[in-house]
Amino acid sequence: MSDDSLLAEARGTYIEEAREMLAQFEQMLLALEADPHDAETLNAAFRAAHTIKGSSGLFGFRAVVEFTHEVEAVLDAMRQGTLSLPGEGFGLLFESCDRIEAMVAELEAGAPDATPLDPALLGRLAALRTAVPAAPSPAVRTAAAEGAGSSADWRVRVRFTQDALRNGFDPASFIHYLPRVGELHAIATVDDAVPALEAMDPESCYLAFEFLLRTGGGREAIEAVFEFAREDCELEIEPASTPVAGAAPVDTRAPGEPASDRGTAERRVEPRRSEDRRADDVRTIRVSADKLDRLIDLIGELVIAGSGARLVAAQESNPRFAEAALRIANLVEEARDGALQLRMVQIGETFVRFQRVVRDAAKALGKDIELVITGGDTELDKSMVELIADPLMHLVRNSVDHGIEAPADRVAAGKPARGRLALNAFHDSGAIVVEVADDGRGLDRARILAKAVERGLVHAEQSMSDEEIDQLIFAPGFSTAAQVTDISGRGVGMDVVKRNIEALRGTVHLASEPGRGTTTQIRLPLTLAIIDGFLVNVRGVHYIVPLEAVVECIERPAEHALAADGRSGHFELRGQVLPFVDLRAFFGVDAGATPAGSRQSLLVVRYGPNKVGLLVDRLMGEYQTVIKPLGRLFADVRGIAGSTILGTGGVALILDVAALVGIANRGATARRGAQHRGRTTGVGG
Amino acid sequence: VTADDTPPADALAGDWTIYRAAELHALLRERIDGGVEQLDLSGIGDFDSSGLQLLLAARRSAAAAGRELRLTGAPQPVRALCDTYGLGALLEGSSTP
Repeated sequence: MSDDSLLAEARGTYIEEAREMLAQFEQMLLALEADPHDAETLNAAFRAAHTIKGSSGLFGFRAVVEFTHEVEAVLDAMRQGTLSLPGEGFGLLFESCDRIEAMVAELEAGAPDATPLDPALLGRLAALRTAVPAAPSPAVRTAAAEGAGSSADWRVRVRFTQDALRNGFDPASFIHYLPRVGELHAIATVDDAVPALEAMDPESCYLAFEFLLRTGGGREAIEAVFEFAREDCELEIEPASTPVAGAAPVDTRAPGEPASDRGTAERRVEPRRSEDRRADDVRTIRVSADKLDRLIDLIGELVIAGSGARLVAAQESNPRFAEAALRIANLVEEARDGALQLRMVQIGETFVRFQRVVRDAAKALGKDIELVITGGDTELDKSMVELIADPLMHLVRNSVDHGIEAPADRVAAGKPARGRLALNAFHDSGAIVVEVADDGRGLDRARILAKAVERGLVHAEQSMSDEEIDQLIFAPGFSTAAQVTDISGRGVGMDVVKRNIEALRGTVHLASEPGRGTTTQIRLPLTLAIIDGFLVNVRGVHYIVPLEAVVECIERPAEHALAADGRSGHFELRGQVLPFVDLRAFFGVDAGATPAGSRQSLLVVRYGPNKVGLLVDRLMGEYQTVIKPLGRLFADVRGIAGSTILGTGGVALILDVAALVGIANRGATARRGAQHRGRTTGVGG
Repeated sequence: VTADDTPPADALAGDWTIYRAAELHALLRERIDGGVEQLDLSGIGDFDSSGLQLLLAARRSAAAAGRELRLTGAPQPVRALCDTYGLGALLEGSSTP
């Protein structure tokens, strides 16, 4: 029984690992397609395929093993330089990658083994490996070939681990490869570790060898050869001071393990590093997100209960109790921060998935598109990552399909034939910003306007700014694609993207320049994330402003103009006129009344390029804030982005700076308009 | 050279690769325990490092029993691998097939 459940768990781990390796394999293929001569990428691709084969073998998934073996053989041939892959070859490798994925999916569904592959694909792979003629020149660029500098002699000792053969490495293949790196002078096999038959495990590896190599590539070039098997061999490389005079390759009963000069030998770092990596693997465990959520909820409760305890301690006037409670509260806060951090993931993992999407879509459309990824290390909540994957996919496909032109059109327009699609992410004012930018043709505003008029979204005579026209494509059911293609334009429009983003309390904004491209910017709040907040107090109610948004704090200026609505106005800050919002009036805490003897402050905040002032009663300082989303009941409350629980157990509201800046600016615009028309208007609120 | 030295032709023939290492290991043990002093390698097809290790181990076992194991009839794959490892001397006593 428990054996079964253990096995099921191991199987789950296998499947997750296989998926990870596949993703890596795919990435490496993409990179390899761009630069087929990059030995490092090739090695990484091989390793990924090899790992899949290895773990599949452990579970006895023969079909996967057999197929991956073929794939591996192709990569191996490429590595040996006997095979330079034609364009279609990569197609076949990508197809193979998909097939392995399909096999893994079968296994996930509970099949005892994957369906054996149709021999056709296997045959094509085998044909690829054998039929394609050897590349006339070394296909794989080695460090030696590049570093044509001065050659040096190196003495190298390699000892393979017992598992090397079982892991599919044959030490001989490394020796075969060496002449590609340099001049192989003497090779001697240390076979004293080979036991007698009785003591031998025939599948273990007992071999070690030493050789002298003259190479211009230096230590790195030699390490690169064994990089492949870095977990299966130990490498010692040292400069050979005394050039061994043509030591003939002989049967060396090596005089024991040459341990005497080990002290001088500079030990290779690689094996140790790989041990570290293995240790890291052990330190990583997979936990279901539900468990994490529950932990975070519990810790939230702990924070409140801890504050309660402190309150009781204060009421009891028991200093020892108070001290103990304070210590607990501090620890709980640390635990909370740690727990929240557990949920944060880097957005890069989502980004790289688009490489294959872009590649395939571009191929299907006959376009040449380069995907540029930046800011992949930006962290955001795991749940958020999953939710924005779909909208992102839509934007990417839109850019590939409609944005970036065919190469011929691009050249005609004086642009490079190769299109550029950029994915970028960064944190800004307590929000995460994700950008999808292309250098395509930009939006066709005339057509959008025509369509919008046709759909009755706007009046023909309505005057609209370019920017306003651009945002029209987010209107429900709006699609301007002249022809519906395979990729996008299947009825799911930008309106869905917008709805999805807004459901996450985010905003989406599009900027386009005809002929130059389109950039779509998604701004998302860091829900469930920790932010550095700035705590302020307005009439006894606590509010938090994301610290990134705070520009400066000033005393309430003596001179400021208050609008007729009594809750907004403008003031001058070093010659710049800025609008402000009086939070007391805005939230209706105590409209109009001036607190006696209290000095109000202005908190200057920024959102994008706009700065506004927020009038508050008291500044309380920085505060580490866990954002808790507001319930649905508050979905329509403006100016509030969320809430948080204070150390005291009280609640603080997190201000939605974006909304407040918008309100203040609109208020200012409305007032100017109102003054023109000679009547007073309320501020939009 | 005893009668034992001429084993059924195909028992040791075929590929000497990791996939057959366990099987060949058992066969070789039988031979060595049986006191052979010569192995005819001529039937070997593919030959990888696991095969080479088996030969080395077999020689060691024979040496432990006070015998020298001669390896004869090594075909090209076996010669090539031994040369790769700088162990061409292993096959010294062997005659070209």
